Amino acid sequence: MSTTETILTDEIRAAIRTIFSRYPTRQAVTLPALHVVQERLGYVPPKAVVEIAELLELAPAQVQDTLSFYGFFEQDKPLGRARMWVCRSLSCACRGSEGLLDYLCKKLEIRPGQTTPDGRITLEFAECLGACDHAPAILVNDTLHKNMTEEKIDQLLETLK
Amino acid sequence: MPDYEPVLLANIAKDDSHTLAVYQAGGGYATLRQTLKDKSPKQVIDTIRGSNLRGRGGAGFPTGLKWSFLPEDHPGPIYFCVNADESEPATICNRVQMELDPHQVIEGTILSCYATRATTAYIYLRYEYPLSYRRMQDAIDECYAAGYLGKNILGSDFSLDITIHRGAAAYICGEETGLIESIEGKRAWPRIKPPFPAVEGLFRKPTVVNNVETVACVKQILERGVDWFKSIGTPPDPNNPRDPGSYGPKLFGLSGHVNRPGCYEAPLGITCRQLIEELGGGVWKDRKAKAVVPGGLSTGLLTGDELDTKMDFTGPGQVGCLGLGTGCAVVMDETYSMIDYLHNSCRFFAHESCGQCTPCREGTEWALRMMERIKAGRGRLKDLELLLEISATIGIIPGTTICGLADGAAWPIKNSIDKFRDEFEDYIKQTNPQGYMETEPVEALEDTEHRDWPNLEASAASGTTT
Repeated sequence: MSTTETILTDEIRAAIRTIFSRYPTRQAVTLPALHVVQERLGYVPPKAVVEIAELLELAPAQVQDTLSFYGFFEQDKPLGRARMWVCRSLSCACRGSEGLLDYLCKKLEIRPGQTTPDGRITLEFAECLGACDHAPAILVNDTLHKNMTEEKIDQLLETLK
Repeated sequence: MPDYEPVLLANIAKDDSHTLAVYQAGGGYATLRQTLKDKSPKQVIDTIRGSNLRGRGGAGFPTGLKWSFLPEDHPGPIYFCVNADESEPATICNRVQMELDPHQVIEGTILSCYATRATTAYIYLRYEYPLSYRRMQDAIDECYAAGYLGKNILGSDFSLDITIHRGAAAYICGEETGLIESIEGKRAWPRIKPPFPAVEGLFRKPTVVNNVETVACVKQILERGVDWFKSIGTPPDPNNPRDPGSYGPKLFGLSGHVNRPGCYEAPLGITCRQLIEELGGGVWKDRKAKAVVPGGLSTGLLTGDELDTKMDFTGPGQVGCLGLGTGCAVVMDETYSMIDYLHNSCRFFAHESCGQCTPCREGTEWALRMMERIKAGRGRLKDLELLLEISATIGIIPGTTICGLADGAAWPIKNSIDKFRDEFEDYIKQTNPQGYMETEPVEALEDTEHRDWPNLEASAASGTTT
């Protein structure tokens, strides 16, 4: 038994193990496992990658390779409590989304990909959120905010205190 | 436009349309029960082949033909994947179906798995659809409890498990072999074909990948019959023996500068004008349509003079577009700049190129750098030739890439420069009067790292930060 402290808790490991039976290979559990870890810890630091690889009987480089392909998993520090995706693709851009992204950058004093110093909000640009009928759209964690304006962004930020 | 009664969207206006109770009250799962009792998998494949159903995800490949490529008497397992990665810009209809009528998608999936003898299905769902995820997972749970999923479905010897596999914000996972690689836990690099997935797909087993809307159509065809399906849409061109026609209903998305953006159901073959005027309430602010993306960003552009183009599998191609694509249109009014449009498009594809094939990885990035420079007022007329050269040399069509992402990147370049050349030239001349004739290499823009957002240091210094 190693006495080294692990980053993946027993609960996280159990959550990943319950996924095993759904796939014929352990490697196929990579993406689901990365989601489990990021949802629980807010990020997937390199130490977690090593431990995921151990669970999935893979080389850490295999997990890291997959992780780094997707621009979705944060590795340096936990994401903000609200991850805010501002769509910038054509349908939203036609209805002013790029101005809204600028507005949020100025208001939060961060660039896309950065987190406010208080850990409240991570701002991201999104390629098409598939909400073009509600353009401009902003996805905050699991909630889609439709037909956004600067005023509605102000109200939204109030709720994310 | 002739009166048309929606079928695919018939359920969505009901309260709690996403629940099993409401779906069953409307006759849901009766088709599954009947099919398991009366039809062999082979008969289902023959029915779908006979309907000429073509895939709704973008490529329009005949669904029954795709299924018939599976090896006969394969010992299994055979895998079925539902492509719910819906990431093509402007495309929304899968989301509407999954949020508001998940059981129709699941019934179609079960029927498709029965036909293809798949006993495991994965629904590859993009992560940015959290409500779709909840609704689909709840619906799957309801199905297990009701005996529509699991072992010996409805007392038959057919068993099926469905797992939702959530993506991680990568457009390329919508390409069917990229999707397969992604489920396998690898980077989503599309595979060289052949072998096609039907022969060697997920976990190296025979695999079918079909779009959400396609499996919903499977359910409708089995319920209403081939004759019903073929009474809708555009029949095959009699002069083209290889044309399977464009039969059936289609979900069309509409967004951009229109009065009523949304997801609409209509027969294949309505005109783009009908979609905009009759379904979408026309262009907003009493303006005119300058350009319309016919079916997702990849498909290129129709001009305002090409709106009588039929929205079927041959129409957009006849006016130089890549194809019908997903059938989800974006309207740009007369005030919208084609330079902004092409910059937006190039930025998307440069961001989403998976990096595997050099012509796509480099071509999309260089196209973006040129568009940034043009947009910033340092364009040259020569850049238009360079952009066209890139667009002619990246993709499956010129034979330089593994998948079609690059063709989708090329078409907006081709169509916008071909169809709106004067606007590009005027913009370049007006914004760069000293340098528009330059033909020698010029310096790239500075500060490209932060090119898409305001310079925060500068705005803080000038006190404009709020």
